[in-house]
Amino acid sequence: MIELYLNLPVWVQASLKGLIAIGLIIPIAGACSLAERKISAWIQGRPGPNRARAWGLGYIPVLGPILQRLGVFHLMADGAKFVFKEDVVPGHVNKFYYYLAPLVALVPSLCTIVVVPFGAYFDAATETLKPLILADVDVGILAVFAIGSLSVYSLILAGWASNSKYPFLGGVRASAQLISYELSRTLSVIPVFLWVNAPGPEATLSLFAVVESQSQPGFWGGMWFVFLMPLCAFVFLVALFAETNRQPFDMPESEADLVGGFHTEYGEFKWSIFFVAEYAHMTIGSGVFVLLFLGGWNPLPWVPLEPLIAGLPVWLGGLIGASVFLGKTFFFIFLFMWVRWTLPRFRYDQVMKLGWQKLLPIAIANVIFYALAIALIERA
Amino acid sequence: MSFKTVERKPLTIAERTYVPQIMSGLKTTFKKMVKPKETLEYPEARPPIPPGYRGVPTLVKDPNGREKCVSCQLCEFVCPPKAIRIKPGEIAADADTAHVEKAPQEFDIDMLRCIYCGLCQEVCPEEAIWLQNQFSLSGYTREEMVNNKAKLYELGGTLPDNHFKWDKKKAAEEAGNGDH
Repeated sequence: MIELYLNLPVWVQASLKGLIAIGLIIPIAGACSLAERKISAWIQGRPGPNRARAWGLGYIPVLGPILQRLGVFHLMADGAKFVFKEDVVPGHVNKFYYYLAPLVALVPSLCTIVVVPFGAYFDAATETLKPLILADVDVGILAVFAIGSLSVYSLILAGWASNSKYPFLGGVRASAQLISYELSRTLSVIPVFLWVNAPGPEATLSLFAVVESQSQPGFWGGMWFVFLMPLCAFVFLVALFAETNRQPFDMPESEADLVGGFHTEYGEFKWSIFFVAEYAHMTIGSGVFVLLFLGGWNPLPWVPLEPLIAGLPVWLGGLIGASVFLGKTFFFIFLFMWVRWTLPRFRYDQVMKLGWQKLLPIAIANVIFYALAIALIERA
Repeated sequence: MSFKTVERKPLTIAERTYVPQIMSGLKTTFKKMVKPKETLEYPEARPPIPPGYRGVPTLVKDPNGREKCVSCQLCEFVCPPKAIRIKPGEIAADADTAHVEKAPQEFDIDMLRCIYCGLCQEVCPEEAIWLQNQFSLSGYTREEMVNNKAKLYELGGTLPDNHFKWDKKKAAEEAGNGDH
């Protein structure tokens, strides 16, 4: 099996790996929409969707009722509904850009997964930890930011192509908001990479290297960056909320004042693509946060993964690493939803004020502080 | 001076970061998340009905199984939306309860008109019509929403009252107190 795989041409291997990653991220995004409904229900003291029951799967003795209580069949029904609904296109839209916008939303959020390692396995041949990653390139975080920030174009395109007031306002808000918070987000990770790139070895922006430098022996080596640089983590997290358009920063959508914001004129499958894109964005954003600040696949601070899985078969070690990483990522997805159903939406001027007058100065001061501190430490 | 000036302190730095407030909000919502749910899963779980609840009007029998309604039509006349239609009838002369003389031949309550006011129950001299606990009824046609006599007795059942008014009257008659 593995022989057969390794004998395939490189581009087939890469496409297979890519399809597997997409096949993983889209169900996660779908499950997020269900999780959102369930978590909102629990927070509001309701049981949430738990009625639908499918033929076959729903009637398996123990599993069926559990799936029914979790509302899994509602998720399936929702998915099927979006596929089979009539494809209504309002007459006043700019058709080309109207169709383009959901694609522009989905493609960047799925592309970023290429450079995000989602686990690690122990390579017996070289006796080192290798990342489970589609492409372990040195640009790493830079690619995540560069491709991820393209998704703002989808909101602008959707807002503009819809050719009506509320989507337009949503698009305008999206562009302003995403640009403002992009700055703080980028600045907040600079200290991490200053710390990772100690003088000596070749410099890198790879996310794998970040996790590696959180898995070193010793007190400072094993420390997760969330303890070392709490302010960076905080700024990054807040900016992440803003970047993924999650409450309290969901200005582009803000259904209370803009009907549906940028996707007001969208329906059926195109609408659901926006949502898959949003959840995929959120999943990958949480993943990047976990890699940067929470030690990636290391189960606990000061407990690196490598010695734990060194003796195990490759697939089991890889599975453990990936599960630890995904577990932390899911916690952050939960946090996103938890915050959404806790906080009210900011007013637009508050969002701008927070971004430019609070977060950006904090991020800049933070970079200066850590740059000086790291320079002093390394001089000593 | 009838009012007190409340001192409004400027926000502290911690408050201006919103973080403590957000944390306490998250704590509140997390508590809600693990608490038992507030809502009922309706068709399976039903809410408790308080005493004195005015549900669907029904006809009841006394503990001996005698139909209590004597078709006096007071409820028909008092009914504000005119939901009740009664066709009075005679009780057969050879029946045990022949001394009651009258019973409804037909008794229809149109549940599309009924406003659940309870005036029929209040006005009934025989305590024969009661608004009981049923609060949810539905049908596919207008005809289905008219409760006839059989349906009303089926919904009403028997109430455990111990008046036995007509039995006492009969006993008194038989004991010679004719004018009682």
